[in-house]
Amino acid sequence: MSLNIIVLAKQVPDTRNVGKDAMKEDGTINRAALPAIFNPEDLNALEQALHLKDANPGSTITLLTMGLPRAAEIIREAIYRGADSGIVLTDRVLGGADTLATSYSLAQAVKKFGNYDIILGGRQAIDGDTAQVGPQIAEKLGIPQVTYAEEILDLKDGFVTVKRRLENGVETVKAPLPCVVTVNGSAADCRPRNAMRVQKYKFAVSPSEVAKLTDRQKEIVENRPYLQLQEWGAAFVDADPEQIGFAGSPTKVKSIENVVFTAKESRVLDDDDAAIEDLVKELIANHTIG
Amino acid sequence: MANFYTDNPDLRHHLTHPLMEKIVALKERDYTDAEKYDYAPLDYADAQDSYDKVLEIVGEICGDIIAPNAEDVDHQGPRVENGRVIYADKTQENLDACRKAGLMGMAMPRRYGGLNFPITPYIMAADIVSRADTGFENLWGLQDCAETIYEFANEEQKQKFIPRVCQGETMSMDLTEPDAGSDLQSVMLKATEQPDGTWLLNGVKRFITNGDSDIHLVLARSEAGTKDGRGLSMFIYDKRDGGVNVRRIENKMGIKGSPTCELTYKNAKAVLCGNRRMGLIKYVMALMNGARLGIAAQSVGVSELAYREALAYARDRKQFGKAIIEFPAVYEMLSVMKAKLDASRSLLYACARYVDIYKIYDDIAKERSLTPEERKESKYYSRLADALTPLAKGLGSEYCNQNAYDCIQIHGGSGFMKDYACERLYRDARITSIYEGTTQLQVVAAIRHVTTGTYLSLIREYEAEAVKPELQSLKDRLIAMTAVYAEAVDKVGSVEDTAYGDFMARRLVEMAGNIIMGHLLVLDANRTDSFTRSAEVYCNIAQAEVTKHSEFIKNFAPAEIAAYKVD
Repeated sequence: MSLNIIVLAKQVPDTRNVGKDAMKEDGTINRAALPAIFNPEDLNALEQALHLKDANPGSTITLLTMGLPRAAEIIREAIYRGADSGIVLTDRVLGGADTLATSYSLAQAVKKFGNYDIILGGRQAIDGDTAQVGPQIAEKLGIPQVTYAEEILDLKDGFVTVKRRLENGVETVKAPLPCVVTVNGSAADCRPRNAMRVQKYKFAVSPSEVAKLTDRQKEIVENRPYLQLQEWGAAFVDADPEQIGFAGSPTKVKSIENVVFTAKESRVLDDDDAAIEDLVKELIANHTIG
Repeated sequence: MANFYTDNPDLRHHLTHPLMEKIVALKERDYTDAEKYDYAPLDYADAQDSYDKVLEIVGEICGDIIAPNAEDVDHQGPRVENGRVIYADKTQENLDACRKAGLMGMAMPRRYGGLNFPITPYIMAADIVSRADTGFENLWGLQDCAETIYEFANEEQKQKFIPRVCQGETMSMDLTEPDAGSDLQSVMLKATEQPDGTWLLNGVKRFITNGDSDIHLVLARSEAGTKDGRGLSMFIYDKRDGGVNVRRIENKMGIKGSPTCELTYKNAKAVLCGNRRMGLIKYVMALMNGARLGIAAQSVGVSELAYREALAYARDRKQFGKAIIEFPAVYEMLSVMKAKLDASRSLLYACARYVDIYKIYDDIAKERSLTPEERKESKYYSRLADALTPLAKGLGSEYCNQNAYDCIQIHGGSGFMKDYACERLYRDARITSIYEGTTQLQVVAAIRHVTTGTYLSLIREYEAEAVKPELQSLKDRLIAMTAVYAEAVDKVGSVEDTAYGDFMARRLVEMAGNIIMGHLLVLDANRTDSFTRSAEVYCNIAQAEVTKHSEFIKNFAPAEIAAYKVD
């Protein structure tokens, strides 16, 4: 059975290597100071999608991302790994969106896209850490959602079976298609870029990127439709201006604080293995380690 | 998130050598493949961009997967169950990553599903992989056995086997036997022709790297009753046909992740590759030259890791109130390591470029006849490749062993413990100067280029290249060393005594190698400033070595050999 798979992904600043200029005076992220990368858990989601495609020949994977026009970079990254095509949802009026406006805009794009069997996305993006967008999209589309997915175990007869990674163990659930599945960082790493695909798709560009190509490259893109990435605007996806961008975003950042843990109390442990084991378990449970 | 390609700008320097433009244009037949294949380059810049992007994938897999797996692979190693090899878990993970990334069959033509890379960027990938895990480089690097199938097998065999290699099936070259190591003429594995034209193989092979591979190249005796190399032919054995089992795998000192197998052939069905009787004299020689370049790359990768490990430790380790890198005894060792690393890498890529040109001409000659100029050029580069391959393998592998030794020395007592990577790379390095022909056999291959003057004329060409004024004094010193070398060659040549000539061969070959590498580093420094330090340090090493050998030869009377001869 061939599937129409949508992978939701985001280009994010690489917050894993944060310097002191990572944040602007107003508390928002200084995107210019940080390299832009493929949100890590979205790569985990892409791997699950590729896995489904491997098992269901003829399936197609479309990457959908909202952001600046340069977000086409992560579409190419996804195509190098095995995705088929991608759409950048980009428009000035979409800027400044919180999770509510973002999920509305993306849900509109999904509706415009139409026929799909399953939507996959990372659990959360490393720039906001909210984990809200995936679930909100499912709500807006009126379809089921499975969160914290670690592995898609099976997909057949209109149902998907998913292993979820929870705080103290795993849970296996079954959901009817279509549905949204958000994938956890503990899922399998995404496969590497493929050498042949990198060469085949390196000129895959969105309309706003065409200008940077040479004439010969433009000709190549014109003759090879699979190199033409799509760029959609707010009007194209029939978005209500009141529900997008700043206007559609009730969340306002009031202030940003740098929180430093100041707890000072100390504990004396018994000098035996059991006490150490208890402490390690406690530290794992409260996420201090692990 | 390490990337072993992008973190090493020296690689890009070699990849963008001026000769590459010619190599790529020839390889891509003036970029006419772009009409037929959607992943073929449009022009030179596009091709370079593709090499760069693909090597970035190699660098990422090496930094993120293969290198972090190396310790586990070294500890777990492969095992044999029911005649089959089971790789260490993480070896399998490495192979899967390379397959998914499409890094197999890199140098094979596009019509068989390959990437059509020239040898130079392919060898660069080997250099990078070896730094991540030397033993794994063997498994991955055996893909260049496909080159032998491409060059000598018939079209049906090429279509059957090469696409499978490009899809990730592994290969092995089954040459060595219990009584045929360096002396392959003694191979006894018996090949018997069947009425349908296929052959049955019977006998034993030993020390076969990745001996349970999917596709084997096998050297066997097709001519019953013969005893020398002229009775040997090359066969292709497909594991899917069965008949070859792994009896045991060796318990080795290093490269433990790479299974070294003893194989038993019981009526194993195989097909003849190329012509009968040409197995050793033509095909194995070609195969070995490719494999030797591979070991040269493997050696450079080990040297790179040794230098990096030593440098990091020397910066970090404090004694007597300061980092040990501040002590002359330590920083001298480090700069000598770097100079040897840079010298052997420059030689490796010079050699790879020469191999590229003549091999591409060989390939073009299958499509059309070469012009007289092309034939002349092909012959010229073929000779240079033949001359530099044993130097790159012989001296590069010795340098990597020296660097691995110094790496441990810089770590002091900690280096002797199993806690640091340096002890693994010390063990891994050791095989490089032994397999695919020992250093002593590389000298045998190289010495004729001393006597026929290939090295000297190459040195003269390097001398003719203009360099920046600030590099002139280094060049002048190399010119002076060459006079000393030429004198030593004359002295040894003037004595008509084979034993004396063999006795002195190593010294002459090393002198030639030192001078050639000196010139290559000066030319590197001429193009990229960061090589100047290594050029200076290496010229000091080269001058001392050349002087040492020259003095030895000068002061040595042929009759003195008697004092060395051990019964």
